Amino acid sequence: MLELKGITYKIPGEEKEIIKGVDLTFEQGKFYAITGPNGSGKTSLAKVIMGIYKPTTGSITFKGEDITALEIHERSKKGIGYAFQYPPRFKGLRVLDLLQLSSGIDERKAVRGYLRQVGLCPEDYMDRDADASLSGGEMKRIEISTLLAKNPEFTIYDEPDAGVDLWSFDLLLNVIKQKHEKEGLTTVLISHQERILSLVDEIILIVGGKIQDIGTKDRIWPIIKDVVGCQWYKVCRGDIEDEADCRR
Amino acid sequence: MKLTAVDKKILQEVASMHDVPQGAYNIRKDGEGVSRQSTENIEIRVKTDNPGIDIIVKPGTKNESVHIPVLVTKTGINDLVYNTFEIGEGADVTVVAGCGIHNSGSEETRHDGIHTIYVRKGARLRYVEKHYGEGGGAGGKILNPKTVIEIEEGGMAELELVQIRGVDHTERVTEANLYKNASLIMVERLLTDGNQMAKSDVVVNLLGEDSFTQVTSRTVAQGDSEQIFYPRVIAHARSRGYVECDSIIMDRAKVRSVPEIAAYHAEAELTHEAAIGKIAGEQMLKLMSLGLSEKEAVEKILEGFLR
Repeated sequence: MLELKGITYKIPGEEKEIIKGVDLTFEQGKFYAITGPNGSGKTSLAKVIMGIYKPTTGSITFKGEDITALEIHERSKKGIGYAFQYPPRFKGLRVLDLLQLSSGIDERKAVRGYLRQVGLCPEDYMDRDADASLSGGEMKRIEISTLLAKNPEFTIYDEPDAGVDLWSFDLLLNVIKQKHEKEGLTTVLISHQERILSLVDEIILIVGGKIQDIGTKDRIWPIIKDVVGCQWYKVCRGDIEDEADCRR
Repeated sequence: MKLTAVDKKILQEVASMHDVPQGAYNIRKDGEGVSRQSTENIEIRVKTDNPGIDIIVKPGTKNESVHIPVLVTKTGINDLVYNTFEIGEGADVTVVAGCGIHNSGSEETRHDGIHTIYVRKGARLRYVEKHYGEGGGAGGKILNPKTVIEIEEGGMAELELVQIRGVDHTERVTEANLYKNASLIMVERLLTDGNQMAKSDVVVNLLGEDSFTQVTSRTVAQGDSEQIFYPRVIAHARSRGYVECDSIIMDRAKVRSVPEIAAYHAEAELTHEAAIGKIAGEQMLKLMSLGLSEKEAVEKILEGFLR
């Protein structure tokens, strides 16, 4: 459904590659997780797919069409969605405005259900500005509700658990999974949570900007624990500079 | 009174009026009062000493409104008007003021409105003033409003002052005196573009115990325009005040924002915030990820910010 070929990404003006030659295919209707250490390139990869970052090399096709040159809004209209890890706040734009923009529906009543789905009472939130008066967890739930309203065929949720309390986390996961199954969507969750990794069909393990492995949890989890876990620990502690040292 | 298409457009912009309103109103056009209507509770009298009107709202009048739009449609006019509002004790009314200039000529067109407002004991006033300019002539469109408002014990006023594009030069002066338990909420929304210039000077004196004010300005400066804000809240008694100036700056515009708070009483609580910045990149990306083009995203963000 969505295919990346030879994708590299460098921050403009910098030498270091954040994404290094990624080849990856997302199949229609599958549920994926992207995981890996902090700074491994998970969010950068998602932003490359959404068009927020322009790849330095490589191409992206979506449903057989080359979308590499398309802008963010054009990719959105094609059916690609991205829930931000840290949703931006808006002074003056209400939660209702965001839901109306997402769904394309002006009728107030019709968009209330998207808030209920993420566990927020519509009448308490619709007319509030999506600004700093909302907590991080509230903004995160509103962010996910905008994606439910938008209903893209291919959606990446960037750390949907971040800042969300345990009770809401269960609810959000269920909503995302049910929607995925019911509508046959292609869904990608960026996460470090074992619970999320247990839910998906395939886990994409990314380390240092490269795809290290792809597979089910049974296959990937030991690698995360034994190899990547070691790297995370040692690299963080400053014991090693080269990831290869970890394997010795 | 027969309204031209230009008149109707201006009335729509400054007073959301499609035609002559039902309640009390006064329409001033090109320096003269052209149509006026009083009601049982709201009397509009022509001043005898100066150009302008007195608007007298009877004590206890509830849920009524008065429209007093000003239309300036000829080039070269220099209109000065003095309006006085008397909002009687316990009344609760809305005043929709506003001025629109259509200048398609080469001479400068100007309107200076001097408004004095008395909000008597326990009265509530919602006052909306919109400024609007149009016309492709080389002549400038200038609006210089001055509003002086006295709010007596327990009175409350909300001032909504709006100027979205079209006015080349404006210097707004707002002075407020608040007595015991009085409150004033003032919101100024402004967008300037091209070579426009806007200056706003606000002074709120918290004179009475437990008086309260909140002064907010939300502005957008585009093109080569310039904006200057001097909102000041001065507490002379146990009182509370809050000033917030928030501006989005774009292109080559210039914005100066100088909020000031001064306390002359140990139990005064005053705070201020001021921020000037461009549109946040993340906001743009979020809206574009929902399917808006870059231009549509900018418009949506500005529309919300100035709402």
